[in-house]
Amino acid sequence: MGGHLNGNHLLFLGQGMLWTFGLSVIALGGGGIAGFIVALCRVSPSRWLRIASGAYVQLIQGMPLLVIMFLAYFGLAAIGVQVSPLAAVGASLTVYVSAYLGEIWRGCIRSVPRPQWEAAEGLALSRAQRMRMVILPQAVRIATPPTVGFMVQIIKNTSLASVVGFVELTRAGQIINNSLFEPFLIYSIIALVYFVLCFPISRLSHRLERRGGAARETLTPA
Amino acid sequence: MPEIAAINQKANQAGIGPATAPASPVVMLKDVHKSFGSLKVLDGVSFEVGRGEVTVIIGRSGSGKSTALRCIDRFERINSGEILVCGHRVDDPGLDLRALRQDVGIVFQSYNLFPHLTIEQNIILAPCAVKRVPKPAAKELARRVLAQVGLEDKLHAYPEQLSGGQQQRAAIARSLAMQPKVMLFDEVTSALDPELTGEVLKVIERLAADGMTMVMVTHEMGFARGIADQIVFMHRGRVHEAGPPEMLASPRTPELSQFVGAGL
Amino acid sequence: MHIEFDFPAVLERWPSFLGGAVLTLELAFIATLFGGILGAIGAIGRRSRNRSVANICTIYVEAIRNTPLLVQIFLVYFGLASIGLKFSAFSVAALALVINVGAYTTEIMRAGFDAIPQGQIEAAEGLALSRLQIYWHVILLPAMEKVYPSLTSQFVLLMLASSVTSQISAEELTAVANYIQSDTYRAFETYILVALAYVVLSLIMRAGFWGLGMLIFPRQRRLGTPL
Repeated sequence: MGGHLNGNHLLFLGQGMLWTFGLSVIALGGGGIAGFIVALCRVSPSRWLRIASGAYVQLIQGMPLLVIMFLAYFGLAAIGVQVSPLAAVGASLTVYVSAYLGEIWRGCIRSVPRPQWEAAEGLALSRAQRMRMVILPQAVRIATPPTVGFMVQIIKNTSLASVVGFVELTRAGQIINNSLFEPFLIYSIIALVYFVLCFPISRLSHRLERRGGAARETLTPA
Repeated sequence: MPEIAAINQKANQAGIGPATAPASPVVMLKDVHKSFGSLKVLDGVSFEVGRGEVTVIIGRSGSGKSTALRCIDRFERINSGEILVCGHRVDDPGLDLRALRQDVGIVFQSYNLFPHLTIEQNIILAPCAVKRVPKPAAKELARRVLAQVGLEDKLHAYPEQLSGGQQQRAAIARSLAMQPKVMLFDEVTSALDPELTGEVLKVIERLAADGMTMVMVTHEMGFARGIADQIVFMHRGRVHEAGPPEMLASPRTPELSQFVGAGL
Repeated sequence: MHIEFDFPAVLERWPSFLGGAVLTLELAFIATLFGGILGAIGAIGRRSRNRSVANICTIYVEAIRNTPLLVQIFLVYFGLASIGLKFSAFSVAALALVINVGAYTTEIMRAGFDAIPQGQIEAAEGLALSRLQIYWHVILLPAMEKVYPSLTSQFVLLMLASSVTSQISAEELTAVANYIQSDTYRAFETYILVALAYVVLSLIMRAGFWGLGMLIFPRQRRLGTPL
């Protein structure tokens, strides 16, 4: 490499973009499953499960994702647990996403109208049946727009994997920059790629939200 | 400016306004046309309101009566015609809008009190911000206008702590604090339960007795008959009939007769 | 496997941690203040009748919300350098955070503005208030009260996200942690403590915002009902 931005650089960026995509899928899959469990615990009849899951959410939402990643990668290595960058990043994203999705989904489950819960109880369904057959199908509809919106946060957050050396889009850009030293140009290109990935999803979430009528803010810079 | 307004107010309250005032009307509409897109809402509306007079605009919904009222305070711009209010040429594009609105008070159907402010803060906001009345004087003024509408004990309450009728009376007090020369009431009792309507109408009656010039749109026919110096019956964007309240007893046109019949 | 923890070795560096935490709070304070102002202006701009003003604000919001903060920080850092401007890492970090949170605040404030009924504005116009007076007394303050919970969550998230500025060597809490762990070889203990420190900082910020809310929204304080 060296000299001008060429096809090889773009290919390298393309690879990085694929890893950004891959990390996002891992984060959404892992964080989604864990977040679903968190959400169920948050509305559980057991007081202790509610308190424990609430504390988990508060704790994780009080920490920067970057620090969680450092802890998973450098921290575990320092106490003798060697993990690959992929495992460390995947686990960190899973934990981080689970706390946010868990909280978003708890809100959605709770916002299924009260009479629906009562009607389901009146039908003598067990608690698990009520959840599975009456509440969750309705909650899923409510949850779709904010979940799609949160996917944008996930994609953007995978950029932090670059900091522990995982070669996704941002890290790929840094590596190219090390040989070309055209930082403004290269980071502009990277920003544009993120924008192209995220903007359609943002729009989709917006459209779904408007169709659903219920506006919900999904927050998180990064 | 405030002093003049205050003097006018006093003259009104003393009841000498109408008797001594020259013929020049406080509000005058002449051949006013107004369309929303292709929909003609006002189709050549003319009427006059003299000093100290109470004019009540009646008519079916969609007859243009609220639009006519809103044109007086330039909440709607007209397409053609002339509107003169307290010496302001309302149809003039170069109109000093804020000067007009210092002379005209308007009260809406939905009260529109500012929910984050106490009643006192609602009332002193405009006098302090617009007329630069010092705070202590404005607070004194707030107490006075609230007494006028019988709410002196609600000075420090927030709007949501008041009933609909009380909120509407507070909204009237808020307008009065600007010492307007004419008050506009746009269906001010339509959002109220029947048992709360009376208290608001009583306040308006008292204002009329004090000599305030008023234009109001209302569905309360009995009230209109009792308070009005002039009734304006609007139908399809035109003034169909106008005259003293007695005209309600002997309508000249079938439309008014039908309207009055339906209203009874 | 035998694992030995040595928290005291890390804890004795507490003055450095405290310095980093103070810097993190400073960054958060600056970003909240100026990002809040920028957001309010952005929201007014997005509602402007002037199409090009509204479009510029929309582009700003979408550009920021659809790209990572890390990349934005690099862009500000290298962008300023490329036009020959030299700023401290702290200033660059603060500027990037203000630009970032300004976009999120724009969206939140816009939702707040949209929630003000038209009748409120008409009533204010009827009282002869000027446009500026209406914006301040009748739109801005109630809108802020309506969206205050979203706003404050956003600012807390921003404080956490400020950890990313360690990547351009702003000496905030995460940068301090990186330094100490490389010095003590106690990465696990260091990051555990720093993670907990961030939790405490978020609690401090939440408490601060709660107090501020009580101060600037007297209606909320007295009635406790949402606006």
